[in-house]
Amino acid sequence: MPLLEVDSLTVDYRARRGNIRAVDDVSLSLEKGETLGLVGESGSGKSTLGLSLIRLVPYPGVIVNGRIRIDGANILNLLEEEMRSIRGRKVTYIFQDPMTSLNPVKKIGEHFFELIRTHESNISDEEALKRAKTILNDVGISPERINDYPHQFSGGMRQRIMIALAIALNPDLVIADEPTTALDVIVQAKILDLLKSLRDTYGMALILITHDLSIVLERCDKIIVMYAGHLVEYAKSKDLHRNPRHPYTQGLLRSIPNIELADQKLEAIPGSPPDLLNPPKGCRFWPRCPYAMKICHTKEPPIIDVEIGHLVRCFLYGGA
Amino acid sequence: METRRTILASLLPALASLTKRGLAGWITVIGSGMVISIVLMTLLAPWISPYDPSAINVGPRFSPPNGQFPLGTNHLGQDMLSRVFSGGSIMLQVAALSAAVCLVIGVPIGLLASYAGGKLDKVCSLVMDSIYAFPALVLAIAIAAILGTGVVNMALAIAVVYVPSYFRIVRSQVLTIKELLYTEAARAAGAKGRTILLRYILPNVVPSIVVVATVNFADAILTAAGLTFVGLGVAKDIPDWGWDLTDGRALLPSGAWWVITFPGLMIVLLALGFTLIGEGLSELLNPRLEQ
Amino acid sequence: MGLRSYIVARVLLTIPMIMLLLSIVFLVVRVLPGDPVLLHFEKRATPEAMDAMRQKLGLDKPLPLQYFEYLAGLLRGDLGKSMQDFSSVGQQIFSAFPATLELTIYSMAVAVTLGILLGVRASRSYNSPLDHSIRAFGIIMYAIPIFFLGMIFQIIFGIGLRWFPTGLRMHPAMEPPYGLNLGSLHISTGLYTVDSLLEGNIFKFLQALRYLFLPSLTLGLVLCGVFIRLTRSNMLETLGLDFVTAARARGLKERAVVYGYAFRNAFLPVLTMMGLQFAVLLGGAILTETTFSWPGLGRYIVDRINFRDYTAIQGAVVFFGLLVALVSLVVDILYAYLDPRIRL
Repeated sequence: MPLLEVDSLTVDYRARRGNIRAVDDVSLSLEKGETLGLVGESGSGKSTLGLSLIRLVPYPGVIVNGRIRIDGANILNLLEEEMRSIRGRKVTYIFQDPMTSLNPVKKIGEHFFELIRTHESNISDEEALKRAKTILNDVGISPERINDYPHQFSGGMRQRIMIALAIALNPDLVIADEPTTALDVIVQAKILDLLKSLRDTYGMALILITHDLSIVLERCDKIIVMYAGHLVEYAKSKDLHRNPRHPYTQGLLRSIPNIELADQKLEAIPGSPPDLLNPPKGCRFWPRCPYAMKICHTKEPPIIDVEIGHLVRCFLYGGA
Repeated sequence: METRRTILASLLPALASLTKRGLAGWITVIGSGMVISIVLMTLLAPWISPYDPSAINVGPRFSPPNGQFPLGTNHLGQDMLSRVFSGGSIMLQVAALSAAVCLVIGVPIGLLASYAGGKLDKVCSLVMDSIYAFPALVLAIAIAAILGTGVVNMALAIAVVYVPSYFRIVRSQVLTIKELLYTEAARAAGAKGRTILLRYILPNVVPSIVVVATVNFADAILTAAGLTFVGLGVAKDIPDWGWDLTDGRALLPSGAWWVITFPGLMIVLLALGFTLIGEGLSELLNPRLEQ
Repeated sequence: MGLRSYIVARVLLTIPMIMLLLSIVFLVVRVLPGDPVLLHFEKRATPEAMDAMRQKLGLDKPLPLQYFEYLAGLLRGDLGKSMQDFSSVGQQIFSAFPATLELTIYSMAVAVTLGILLGVRASRSYNSPLDHSIRAFGIIMYAIPIFFLGMIFQIIFGIGLRWFPTGLRMHPAMEPPYGLNLGSLHISTGLYTVDSLLEGNIFKFLQALRYLFLPSLTLGLVLCGVFIRLTRSNMLETLGLDFVTAARARGLKERAVVYGYAFRNAFLPVLTMMGLQFAVLLGGAILTETTFSWPGLGRYIVDRINFRDYTAIQGAVVFFGLLVALVSLVVDILYAYLDPRIRL
């Protein structure tokens, strides 16, 4: 049984000005220990999708349709109490901005104690302290700093602390939402390597949410590409790299700078992401698509199996 | 009378359009409705009052609300209904006058000091902050005690206390706008300081001033009532809700609750009306950002 | 910046403000009307009597000299002499002050507690009918004149239900609490609730509370609106912050999140607001004390107004101003101490 199964998930934001469909009929599955890369521009719905997996979509967001099954159980049917016992323990989340994700008035140690205490109330103080220090060490933070406050650490270190909190209770699934976007390039690589080594040690499944396709090409088993709330391509990482089908994916790949090419022309995808209050009719990508056909203006393309384990949402491959 | 009618006539469609702007719009409309009704009531008092509010012994003293005197009578045998109709006049005059003084003094000083910056700004801010830090009622009492009774003196006392509020809001707005790019652009294009102030900055400051003014109206009314309560209001022969409350105090043990209840209620409604307008306008002009 | 340097800077800032404040009061009382003595007597006295008073109060000296003496006197703690009997205004103020202090403390407690509880509750159900009702409650309460609310309470609870007394600070037949006597050392704060506990007299303590109840409830209710609004908006803002969502993502209990994360960060502005509201509270105390015949500074000022005792009024106003400046200084320093970002 897969660890995670998402079936036809749809999430809306009910704002005063209108309804925004941030996630539109997205399905995916993830086995134990697998890595999934969730790629898209801002506004593509990837963060909303990530937050839905732990049922923390912020107001005014509402999950309007679909199923999210973890180890077979649909979490959308769980009571809040039960959901809370999953969060932080079975499924954990790493947020994008390390500068604002820690409580400024609590020491780092207190963050850990709280976490451990909430999920394992019988644990002794010494045991909890030992665990906290061990994990801090694992992520490369000196355990003596356990009594420092968040503002005494740099951005990269704070992200490590966040990661430490996310793996402290040995979760089955870690969702990392743009874990490196707020950091500079050198630190980025270190953090990603850290995540990889932790995965090797602890064996948890990982969902890596990012706008940067290059990050996930080598580090993830599977990749989902999202655009304007729609799933546009879903394949094993190797297949996606070798044979990208969706024009958007192709555009993303072309725009990755390659240091080995002497005179590479950086190609950006023309145009900009659509206004989700008034998305274009038909395929949401057609205004920027070099292959747009007449049918793309009027009908939404269905999801098509181009080969086993490779899905695309595009009329180029059928469905007309 | 004619000017008043035309003002009202143009207000009504404006208010009607506000109802389309959601909850905040409705709050503004309700508040305006309350204020307008009370103002109308006060203006029309001479025509709608069954008795002369100052005339004593028009009926038996201390009579509870009944058919002939719907709101009862007080210790002087005066009709409470008539007193309620006319009692807001002083308060409204005082509030309006003090608002006018505040606008005339606070806004220009605020504009000049914050736009000019430097020493002028520092000195003005220091003075204004000192006044602002002072307990409002205490300062008003001190000034009113010195100046004496009467509408003008009350208005001045209240105006002094609230000028800093106007100054501060104008200043904070000006400082923000001053830094925005389009004022830089204007300056680069060679516009004179005065032009910039009047054409660029002032129009953007006006909405905030309106909001502060409405809230201050409410405060002014409550402060005026407070001044009257401690004996620093107008002469006693003018019907005033504040006086009714003060006099009514002595009557409480005898159980004559109606003498204070209705005038008190009117003060609450009037202050509430202005507060609602302020709340509604503030929300409309600076909507809280949703995701 | 460091706590120490912050304190020094803050205290230095207070000095010019206090100077300005004192000067303003001086201007208002001595310069505005022209002649406070004339006003006092309202032209119903002989020129000799007026001159005599002027001399006794030092009001016949040239204005700059008066200003200097006024400031010098304040440094000594001399707040002037009453026009009524030439006794020390400072003395009168100090004996009336504890009553006002007690009232202010309890009213602030009511306002803050109600404000925080209702504000947090409102923020947790954003945009719901409960949220709107709580906000409406705060707004309406502020629109009620303090003395009106006080009188309503007197009618309902004092005269109608007879649960609480309608005035004064202690039962007229009872002796006020005198505090603790340790041999030759006498400890008393002037606060009846504290002194009665020091004395070990529970009955007096309960009585003191009974008399405090209506006045502090009145003043506290009227001013809780500010705290409701502040707490609510701070909580809403903080509840939306990343670290709160991150805490939720770790499965922490809602209570821990709301109070341990959101509230602790939202609380500090409440503290500052308490300092700001202190001034408003003092103003409100004047009206409350008059309504409930509470023997404090507020009632003292009103009495002095009736007597046209201008020097006393001036002294009391100065005292109020200094008190407010002191409280806001203390609150600012406390805030700096509590926020670890400034402290370290």
